[in-house]
Amino acid sequence: MNINPDLILKFSPMHRLQWEEVQQKDVILYPEGMVELNQSSAEILKMCDGTRNLAQIVDDLEQKFATSGLQNDITAFLEVALKNGWIQN
Amino acid sequence: MAGSKIKITPPRWLLAELTYACPLQCPYCSNPIDYAKYHAELDTEDWKRVLTQARKMGAVQLGFSGGEPLIRKDLPELVKHSRDLGYYSNLITSGYGLSEEKIIQLKEAGLDHIQVSIQASTQELNDHIAGTSSFQHKKDVAHLVKKHGYPMVLCVVIHRENIHQMPQILEMAEELGADYLELANTQYYGWAHANRDLLLPTKEQFEQAEQVAQAFKEKVAGKMKIYYVVPDFHEDRPKACMNGWGTTFLTIAPDGVALPCHSARDLPGLDCPNIKDFSIEEIWHESKAFNFFRGFEWMKEPCSSCDEKEKDFGGCRCQAYLLTGDMNNTDPVCSKSPNHKVIEEAVASARASALLGTEQPLIFRNSINSKKLSGA
Repeated sequence: MNINPDLILKFSPMHRLQWEEVQQKDVILYPEGMVELNQSSAEILKMCDGTRNLAQIVDDLEQKFATSGLQNDITAFLEVALKNGWIQN
Repeated sequence: MAGSKIKITPPRWLLAELTYACPLQCPYCSNPIDYAKYHAELDTEDWKRVLTQARKMGAVQLGFSGGEPLIRKDLPELVKHSRDLGYYSNLITSGYGLSEEKIIQLKEAGLDHIQVSIQASTQELNDHIAGTSSFQHKKDVAHLVKKHGYPMVLCVVIHRENIHQMPQILEMAEELGADYLELANTQYYGWAHANRDLLLPTKEQFEQAEQVAQAFKEKVAGKMKIYYVVPDFHEDRPKACMNGWGTTFLTIAPDGVALPCHSARDLPGLDCPNIKDFSIEEIWHESKAFNFFRGFEWMKEPCSSCDEKEKDFGGCRCQAYLLTGDMNNTDPVCSKSPNHKVIEEAVASARASALLGTEQPLIFRNSINSKKLSGA
């Protein structure tokens, strides 16, 4: 599923993203299920707060982690997230 | 018995059976046959303590179930407490007694989603199976659940009386705007076991229904998610019951008994502990019941030398006990089980009953039948 680069990305109101202290990781919760996230996936999803589009998310994450060349990885993960209904575009 | 070497993982899912009371009388109810014996119910403070202790250990998915959990007056208070603790909570309800006002109240208290059960796609059959006139109200409830922004999970238990309605059931789910549809093939314990000859579909019926459901799944992909609970009597390998005993699931019965699965109170000699006597930490780590089938040491042949034992954990302990008389046996669903013929006989017996029209009336789940069947 392709991301529309002009539109903002927003985490789905039908899912919940939450830090689990016991597991020491972020998880996505939804009816009958839970997805455990690694740190980079969680960082990307937290950027989907309804204020940024794809390019802004890439910019902000590259800035936050003082790196570059994240565009492809972030786009690929967000496509999966969109397909799974974790985010809206 | 499990040794101390086994690594114990923390509970993730908590099923809170708030009450055995229910206005419905479904003949496949998962409550024990002798439920009418258990009158005592935990009070609000007991439940809050259980929720707090289990959450501290790592439980995060929470189901409020029953009976009908809406009967408990303290439900909104328990929902609020759960939300404050960070649970993802689900109300598993017949919809009976669920008004729009209550739906709003529970949302404000922090309830995450609602699972509504519907028994069939027509009023006549729904009301017959439920033993209560409830069809139209259930549909209204499903609309209200959507209207107030909850993910809506529709649950339909499938058996021989309604399996022919599969196309209409799927249409109904679409029309109601279900986000998730649980097609739960009946699991034959307790009440469903007592009614098995009348409920178990033939293999042909299963295959046809599964085909219809599969085609629909592709059609609604991306809009509706379908959970299909497998009909294990027509499989040749058992289900990985509870994801392994004492690894993930914790059920608390209305009277406070802690169970590794919701049927486990029927197993002999487990001495299932009560939350009034022990903390959840003690129950999970130290009790006889939760350690009983942890790991692989308890297994008999053909499980103990089987290369699939880490996949299905020998199947279901309750099914082994119910159908072979020994809870340590391989689940007889497995074609490697020396007792597999009991499954074949059950399928043949139900088939004969279906074809010959020798059916007895269904035994509905109510207190009179509970007392009669359990000699209480």
